[in-house]
Amino acid sequence: MSQASPVPSSPAGAIPKAATPQAPGLVGVSWVKKLEPVLISLLAVLVAMLLFGGFLALDGLNPMAVYEEMFRGAFGTWFSFQNTLQRSAPLMLTALCTALPAQLGLVVIGGEGALVVGGVAAAVAGLAMHGSSSYLVLITMFLAGATAGGAWIGLVGALRAYRGVNETISSLLLAYIAIALMNHLVEGPLRDPLSLNKPATRHIGEANMLGPIPGLDVHWGLLYGVVACLLAYVLMKRTVFGFAAAMTGGNLRAALLSGLRVRRLLIFTCFLAGAAAGTAGMVEVAAVHGRANASLVAGYGYAGILVAFVARQNPLGVIPVALLVGGISASGGLLQRNFNLPDASVNVLQGILFMVILASETLYGRLDVWRFARRAAAAESVGSVA
Amino acid sequence: MSAAAAQPAGIERGFGRRLAAMPSAPPLLIAERVSKRFGALTVLDSVSLRLEPGSVHALLGENGAGKSTLVKCIMGFYHADGGRVLVGSAAVSIKNPKDAQVHGIGMVYQHFTLVENMTVAENLVLSRAQVPAFIDWKKEHAMLDSFMARMPFSISPTRLVRQLAAGEKQKLEILKQLYLGSQIVILDEPTSVLTPDEADSVLGMVRDMAHRGELSVLMITHKFREVTRFCDEVTVLRKGRFAGSGKVSALTTAQMAEMMVGAEPPSASAAREATTATAVVLSVARLEADDDLGLPVLDGVSFEVRAGEIVGIAGVSGNGQDQLVEVLAGQRRLRSGSVAVAGEPYGATRREIREQGVRLLPEAPLRNACVPNMSVAENIGFRNFDVSPFTLWRWLVRHGSLRRHADVAIDEFRIKTPSADERIGNLSGGNVQRAVLARELTGQVRLLIVANPCFGLDFAAVAEIRTRIMGARNAGAAVLLVSADLDEVFALADRILVMSEGAIVHEAPAARADLQEIGRHMAGRG
Repeated sequence: MSQASPVPSSPAGAIPKAATPQAPGLVGVSWVKKLEPVLISLLAVLVAMLLFGGFLALDGLNPMAVYEEMFRGAFGTWFSFQNTLQRSAPLMLTALCTALPAQLGLVVIGGEGALVVGGVAAAVAGLAMHGSSSYLVLITMFLAGATAGGAWIGLVGALRAYRGVNETISSLLLAYIAIALMNHLVEGPLRDPLSLNKPATRHIGEANMLGPIPGLDVHWGLLYGVVACLLAYVLMKRTVFGFAAAMTGGNLRAALLSGLRVRRLLIFTCFLAGAAAGTAGMVEVAAVHGRANASLVAGYGYAGILVAFVARQNPLGVIPVALLVGGISASGGLLQRNFNLPDASVNVLQGILFMVILASETLYGRLDVWRFARRAAAAESVGSVA
Repeated sequence: MSAAAAQPAGIERGFGRRLAAMPSAPPLLIAERVSKRFGALTVLDSVSLRLEPGSVHALLGENGAGKSTLVKCIMGFYHADGGRVLVGSAAVSIKNPKDAQVHGIGMVYQHFTLVENMTVAENLVLSRAQVPAFIDWKKEHAMLDSFMARMPFSISPTRLVRQLAAGEKQKLEILKQLYLGSQIVILDEPTSVLTPDEADSVLGMVRDMAHRGELSVLMITHKFREVTRFCDEVTVLRKGRFAGSGKVSALTTAQMAEMMVGAEPPSASAAREATTATAVVLSVARLEADDDLGLPVLDGVSFEVRAGEIVGIAGVSGNGQDQLVEVLAGQRRLRSGSVAVAGEPYGATRREIREQGVRLLPEAPLRNACVPNMSVAENIGFRNFDVSPFTLWRWLVRHGSLRRHADVAIDEFRIKTPSADERIGNLSGGNVQRAVLARELTGQVRLLIVANPCFGLDFAAVAEIRTRIMGARNAGAAVLLVSADLDEVFALADRILVMSEGAIVHEAPAARADLQEIGRHMAGRG
């Protein structure tokens, strides 16, 4: 029939694409493929550290000394490691707010808003349930936080599905609305008259707080985060739902052709994403602050975006990356004390890391050191494969 | 206004000179023992070709025979591994299409390279290698008018390209090459988007200009009719090698066909068995839908397909066929009208697809029916990953079962893939199509919707796919075939519908269909 590839300049058009099979004997090739995300992410972290090193050197500091101190402040001692764990718990949950919609090809960056909404809803629920057993209070808080956060990002999904509104923009703008809404509530109807300098809701009561995991100085929120990541992984990689999501994210036209209910899938995934971030808000209220106030706006939502991208949107990858990013932020205080660096300088490192990770996307498929060997082998077998 | 009077005094003097000097005889073009390898795969093996000045030369060959590669080597898209190209009598080094332009060689691609929302004049001026920072439109229009006056075919420079018919666009592409001073024009399947009448008009114009000595034409084609009617000489390639050449007047179609396919026997389609077309399976009534820009593109389409028959929808591409298939596939919303399968309203939901046994072979299967990043096994499982036996506890997908199911399909449909776990995006076009066939034709098929199933595939794959489609019909499925290839429609269909400007404008039983009449209706002049 008709021939000639429609893209005149693509040499690949002329080579049968099937000509890249894994040649027998080159078992290493598939390993390179599997390790590629890890290698590239590590490389990106290294490059980001080099760039931040330059930034430190400009400040007249020895980058090696600073990194050593950062490591100590993040993972060096049992105390600092627990601090890191504590900070990584909400990061895991907010990272899922970006990583789950990413399976469908959506870029949602509004985890901060879902966290805030979830936190406020959890506080309200905790106060409403005052007097019940602490288990009941916590369960209600969790449900309220997850539902509110889910509805918040679910709205983003619905706007996208039914009105074609760009989910990146709408989730970001909704984050500002969420923060304004919280400010209105804690300064107005929900305000604890005793909170003078920092308007907040009333305290949910020490007895109802989410305590530490036995044997650790880390609250149960860490377990929430780890379990959520594991569940998200199973959901996306093993279930019918995840299969449908992968189809939709991989090729919308094929998903429609298969009769999938793409809109429902999209809204529900966004709901789950928001529920994860809303749970982070609930954890912050129930385990850390005891009440909802402006402390909820601590940037966990935005740092979660960074975590999700570094983890290549893989829910399992989120766990170690959240530990890394949590460690970076945990070391901020130490840098301030020992090097007289502003607390925000770790944000510079996070920012650099984010940019480098985004730039490293272009490296995929180019790290393959056996590429040439494989090409030659592939070309030989072309006759039989093409 | 004469050409000389229209010359701008200062800017772009070189261009103006070239434009004025154009009607000299085109040079001889020779490709000598050109070879091209990709890795260890030789796609072009010492191929020679001689394009005489003022002639129309056909480059014939099957899919993958190396026609495009040869042309791309001449144009400088590829760098040949061996051999050389001579223009006039001197060997020239063409490193990129710009160099080709300097030597007066231009190419017209299969798909239009015009900017739809700009005028003809803007498109022509834009195509120049050097566009001045400030364009003196008065002078440009004066130049264009004098240029058009010398052409056998003119298009008003002020018209928007969007408003041109496909044939006019193709002529504009050719005019563009002349405007740029090309004397050797390479046409890559120039008529694939044209009606037969438009094709005749375009090729007639090109042939007349060549015979007047204004240009030489090298035309990639696979249509014998165009070779015999419009070409002077022909070169045939087969599997990357020179397979023969000669004067068209001295060759018969059968001889050319034999050069093209070698000694292999012509591929036969499966026999059409007698079926009694009875029950209406698909009925489409007064369907209206919009295109991506929100413009109406389906304008009241109505037809029926019965069990055991193939209904072929012929038409020039771009008359709503794509959108019709998309509506039936659930990829596009209908504005009004109705679709029913076996009497039940049909909205392409997963449940309806499964219960009614509706299957689809869309064109460009990798784009329309596959997820390139997922494995062959997963892609084959799209229809049934969510039902027993592929699920565990209703919620979990049993990837092992999907893989075993795919292994059977890979054997039966002879899909060439390293394994069921390979990304389907890594497979060749024919194998992707086979994988989609395996998915769509397994199980109970009551309605099969097929769009351009053989586009871009080689003879063997075409024969196999047509056999399978005919097999589904013989087994009692209702088949809707939408194809831009008239030969295919005639080969397969029991009943032929012609679609033009978003509506069915003609219907005829295939046995009594008249090619000329169908062509007239395709052109919208029924």
